[in-house]
Amino acid sequence: MAVVTRDGEAGVAAGASRPAAATRLLGSRLFASMAGLDWLAKVWWTCLSISLFAGLWELCWAMGWADPKLLPPPHIFLGNIAEQGRFFNTATRWQVGTSMTEGPSAFESVLITGAATTARVFAGLVIASVLAIGVGVLVRYYRFFDRLVLPTITLLSPVSPIAWLPVAIFLFGIGNAPAIFMVVVALFFHMVLATINQIDTVKTNFINVARTMGASKPQIYARVIVPAILPGMLQVLRMNLFGAWMVVLVAESTGVGYGMGQVIMLARNTFNPSLVFFTIAVIGVLGFAFDWLLRMAQRRILYWLPDTAERLRVL
Amino acid sequence: MSSEIAPHFSSKDAVVCRGVGKTWAAGTKRAHEALRDIDLDIKPGEFVVFLGPSGCGKSTLLYLIAGLEDATGGQIWSFSDKVEMPSPERSLIFQETSLFPWLTVWQNVSFGLAIRGASQEERRKVAAEALQRVGLIAAMDKRPDELSGGMRQRVAVARALAMRPKVLLMDEPFAALDVQTRARMQDFLLDVWRDSGASVLFVTHHIDEAVALADRVVVFTSRPGRIKTIYPIDLPRPRNLFSREAETIRIQLTELLRDEVDRAFAEQEAFATPA
Ligand SMILES: Nc1ncnc2c1ncn2[C@@H]1O[C@H](COP(=O)(O)OP(=O)(O)OP(=O)(O)O)[C@@H](O)[C@H]1O
Ligand SMILES: [Mg+2]
Repeated sequence: MAVVTRDGEAGVAAGASRPAAATRLLGSRLFASMAGLDWLAKVWWTCLSISLFAGLWELCWAMGWADPKLLPPPHIFLGNIAEQGRFFNTATRWQVGTSMTEGPSAFESVLITGAATTARVFAGLVIASVLAIGVGVLVRYYRFFDRLVLPTITLLSPVSPIAWLPVAIFLFGIGNAPAIFMVVVALFFHMVLATINQIDTVKTNFINVARTMGASKPQIYARVIVPAILPGMLQVLRMNLFGAWMVVLVAESTGVGYGMGQVIMLARNTFNPSLVFFTIAVIGVLGFAFDWLLRMAQRRILYWLPDTAERLRVL
Repeated sequence: MSSEIAPHFSSKDAVVCRGVGKTWAAGTKRAHEALRDIDLDIKPGEFVVFLGPSGCGKSTLLYLIAGLEDATGGQIWSFSDKVEMPSPERSLIFQETSLFPWLTVWQNVSFGLAIRGASQEERRKVAAEALQRVGLIAAMDKRPDELSGGMRQRVAVARALAMRPKVLLMDEPFAALDVQTRARMQDFLLDVWRDSGASVLFVTHHIDEAVALADRVVVFTSRPGRIKTIYPIDLPRPRNLFSREAETIRIQLTELLRDEVDRAFAEQEAFATPA
């Protein structure tokens, strides 16, 4: 009887899986072609969204509502990139004996400055995440660490990053270090609290399954808790990415080093709205690209998560 | 309650409960007595079904036996070891499926082996064997969210089997399945049980399921859960569930349960509407 039952079971399973596999194959093929279109559509919508905004602005200018000296429309501040780009050469700007026309070309200047700022954001983000996730896990892992460290972290987390600016300068002078420090300090405390919150919301059943299989505490942390909090943590990271971009500009503009923040400051001091808007445009593009990269990474790392946006779209 | 009772039982018994009680959040305002004075002996290789009204503490008792929670009264032994911690010898299949979404089906099934540091080939081999038994060998490389609810529950069974436990604790594992699949799963479970020689503690709300599976049915009272009766079922296996004897047993179990379910309902209603 046992044999019959088992054969029956296998038969049913195989029978059920064959059409299912066929539909899945068809589905995935359909999906692949759709995904190609999807990508194009996304680019198209992005362009449309931006041109709509730019178009409104241009309209305001054409109608004479927006003063081109204060709110120069895109065609003006993007029109003289070559000229504006020169100001990005903040690295050598203050050196004695260097004139505006020497040094890297306008395009190179923009590239160098943009890269410098991006690198600071990236470095700050990496350092802050590693530290914060490490501390967050330790807080839950060791009770004494929790008691010792958590009150201070909670106390410091509402402090605005601006308040840390003097500290950054006292500690690191000027250059890359204070800007990176600012990013780290702005993200670290929140991310520790977010990590702890993520750990606390891991399904009890997941942990219990691992316990019944004889997993030790380090194994439960490494094999269950860390993968379980990963989706939430990457989300936290993305949210904080924008925070990092904001802080790095503040840090740079107040004299710690060169970079996009310095260019904004220069534009303000020389009353150059074109340069302000051009810089804003560059920052926007950089931030957008960074977020896109992070989203790609997220999809790679979190291969198991279903697409929530798709689920909501049917509503 | 007496805290130190001499273990006067055959040390070969698979599970022994003596005066076991559990109060959730004991010592606080939210204290909530779920179980009281449970005395239970389960022989190696025995199939025992827990039957009782919802919320009477069946899951709680399984958690205690698994060692996931500490009893607040009495003691539990398993094969003469005091139960203080979870052990791979006692596998628990949870009421809600709890496969890790970041692992494939076969990785889920062999999770316990990975914990012990087994090689990839060995893990795949054991997982394949266990999945063969539940008829899901084809789904080996899928991810849990690609499976149906019933398939997931079968994977959970395979995962428990892969540990070769001596005591298999199952908390309403087939509750979400349709009648035919459930009947199939019951046959399959009986096969596995016979082959493995493990004791099975099986929680269900279905009297039919109890009649199909159990050597003994433990009927619980409403909360706090106590043992109302232990009802032995001596029908020969494989069982004919449509025989007159089976019908009699069903009727008697239904009678036993009815008062308790009524009482549980009355209590939960009183609980919901503050006097
Ligand atoms: N983690 C917990 N904390 C506090 N109380 C709990 C907890 N788990 C269960 N309880 C309470 O203990 C009682 C028994 O719950 P349990 O889950 O064991 O019931 P059950 O018999 O398995 O019910 P069901 O058949 O509905 O699954 C319930 O009244 C429940 O409210
Ligand atoms: Mg339950």
